[in-house]
Amino acid sequence: MFNKEKLEQLKKAHEEWENTVTKAVAKRPERKKEFETSSGIAVKRAYTPADIENLDYDRDLSNPGEYPYTRGVQPTMYRGKFWTMRQYAGFATAEESNKRYKYLLEQGQTGLSVAFDLPTQIGYDSDHALSEGEVGKVGVAIDSLKDMEILFDGIPLDKVSTSMTTNAPASVLLAMYIAVAEKQGVSSDQLSGTIQNDILKEYIARGTYIFPVEPSMRLITNIFEYCSKHVPKWNTISISGYHIREAGSTAAQEVAFTLADGIAYVDAAVKAGLDVDEFGPRLSFFFNSHNEILEEVAKFRAARRLWAKIMKERFKAEDPKSMMLRFHTQTAGCTLTAQQPDNNVVRVAMQTLAAVLGGTQSLHTNSRDEALALPTEDSVRIALRTQQIVAYESGVTETADPLAGSYYIESLTDQIEQKAVEYLNKIDEIGGAAKAIEKGYIQKEIQDSAYKYQKEIEAGERIVVGVNKFQIKESAPKGLLKVDPKVGELQQKKLAELRKIRDNTKVNAALEKLGNAAKGEDNLMPFILDAVKAYATLGEICGVLRKVFGEYQQSIVL
Amino acid sequence: MDRPIRVVVAKPGLDGHDRGAKVVARALRDAGMEVIYTGLRQTPEQIAETAIQEDADCVAMSILSGAHNHLFPKVVNLLREKGADDILVVGGGVIPEDDIPGLIEAGIAGIFTPGTPTSVTIDFIKNNIKRK
Repeated sequence: MFNKEKLEQLKKAHEEWENTVTKAVAKRPERKKEFETSSGIAVKRAYTPADIENLDYDRDLSNPGEYPYTRGVQPTMYRGKFWTMRQYAGFATAEESNKRYKYLLEQGQTGLSVAFDLPTQIGYDSDHALSEGEVGKVGVAIDSLKDMEILFDGIPLDKVSTSMTTNAPASVLLAMYIAVAEKQGVSSDQLSGTIQNDILKEYIARGTYIFPVEPSMRLITNIFEYCSKHVPKWNTISISGYHIREAGSTAAQEVAFTLADGIAYVDAAVKAGLDVDEFGPRLSFFFNSHNEILEEVAKFRAARRLWAKIMKERFKAEDPKSMMLRFHTQTAGCTLTAQQPDNNVVRVAMQTLAAVLGGTQSLHTNSRDEALALPTEDSVRIALRTQQIVAYESGVTETADPLAGSYYIESLTDQIEQKAVEYLNKIDEIGGAAKAIEKGYIQKEIQDSAYKYQKEIEAGERIVVGVNKFQIKESAPKGLLKVDPKVGELQQKKLAELRKIRDNTKVNAALEKLGNAAKGEDNLMPFILDAVKAYATLGEICGVLRKVFGEYQQSIVL
Repeated sequence: MDRPIRVVVAKPGLDGHDRGAKVVARALRDAGMEVIYTGLRQTPEQIAETAIQEDADCVAMSILSGAHNHLFPKVVNLLREKGADDILVVGGGVIPEDDIPGLIEAGIAGIFTPGTPTSVTIDFIKNNIKRK
């Protein structure tokens, strides 16, 4: 892109400048000997055209909305419409959460995002022994279609898009959603939303797995196939780097391990006989947005470019939509401090900016009090307002990919992509993401980064304001959200009543059919849908599958 | 004391957030302790059993899901029932300050919330283990 002769002159001049500055620095040293990003990429004193001399605009960037989508997946980006503002929410009972959703929609939120409690995410009913103490804690408790009906009461499912954070039992919760919509008179082809449905990162980082790898991949592939026919506007998976980053990975590792998982899902679906362009356009992604704004922007751009190449070159996709990496973002929970929690508002604002400059399709902003408890309504409103301020007041939304062409950003984008490619090659050598997880390779890489980060904080090499510098004496924060411990009992009562009034013959028949189908090779979605509609509980459905599939055994690495 | 301090690092309940548990486990190990990490989804019974079988001096548990008031005291009680109340029990995670006095009273010797340097946890364990 640059005139060769001019570039040589420039390099020479820059070298001279470096020499002069280095001499000056010898007398008055810089803050640190070495500067580097979270991914261990060395950061230079200044970047020049020489750092991007090999950049080819058409090949590496192209226009927004064009392959390889480095600059964004839509030609108009936020000039067309803003990202979807989607706050992850849910706690206690379906009734309580329904109220919070209606509040958020009134406040201008544009999509829903359902947080389920741990028993619901792991396929146990609220009255299971292992659910004790966990019911309604980190999300809403859903035991049956009955709860789901209450959860979406008065919310028109043909107008609102809903994201559901469910993985191992994703097919069951999707089936419940379809059934609720049907009762509202909304057919499944009108539904839009997302299920997380990403089991590999559960094994790596998040922990809500149920079944072993193979049957889990089958359930996922079944969903791809079912939705391509019956729920065509649904995002069938949200391949997630978010939790990998929360577990301590670097930005480059986040890209690498997420795309490695993505490759495994595409491989599995293709192996099951699906056409890549049939399910490829419905794959979506989910990334973290951390504090280092510029590295984050480069990360989002690198992920888009790399996925486009993988889909086109490795999987021979032809539909451009299969090559577009569309993603949801959540600000980094692990950067929130319990100390001086109001400072978290500022961190979240920076992370919001990074996500928007990186071209996200939807965003959840964390609340200031989340290192202490689930967020209060006031805190959630500030978090949502943060997005609205960036959207309406900052001006960064007026043009697509505004940081493109920055010597530093382009150089970082290249380097993150390169690091990710090195990891992908290594994972291919091991035999793919599932194998690499089984061997503990991915977990170990993440843990090493997490430990390094912690040691840097404790050595004072990394400053976290309010934690290891600028501390103050604080009194305990007041007014935190408390989940009523009675929620467990309440759910148990509801379950007992449901089991009394439903048609148990119908339930048992549906569960038996599901069990038989699980032993064979049929797509399980229709069987799950029938069981759900008969008011079989989530725990009963997952119980049947547990019996047939067995349970995943975690590989522990330290 | 001639043998190194033995610590069982455990994740009770259904919570899958294990970054903190693993970082603490490694820090304890680097501080010269012997560390047994249980992995996820341990019941209080399993944790108490492991602690006794491993002849542990300390059980360090981590919960970020809000189930601490329910699960931490259960482990303490089980250890007492089995006559192993000389095992020091500590806990960490997202634990609101209001809950801490109740947990201490229930027999959890120390609670370490987000932002605690690992050195603080290490020193606490060294200074408070009961088997000398």
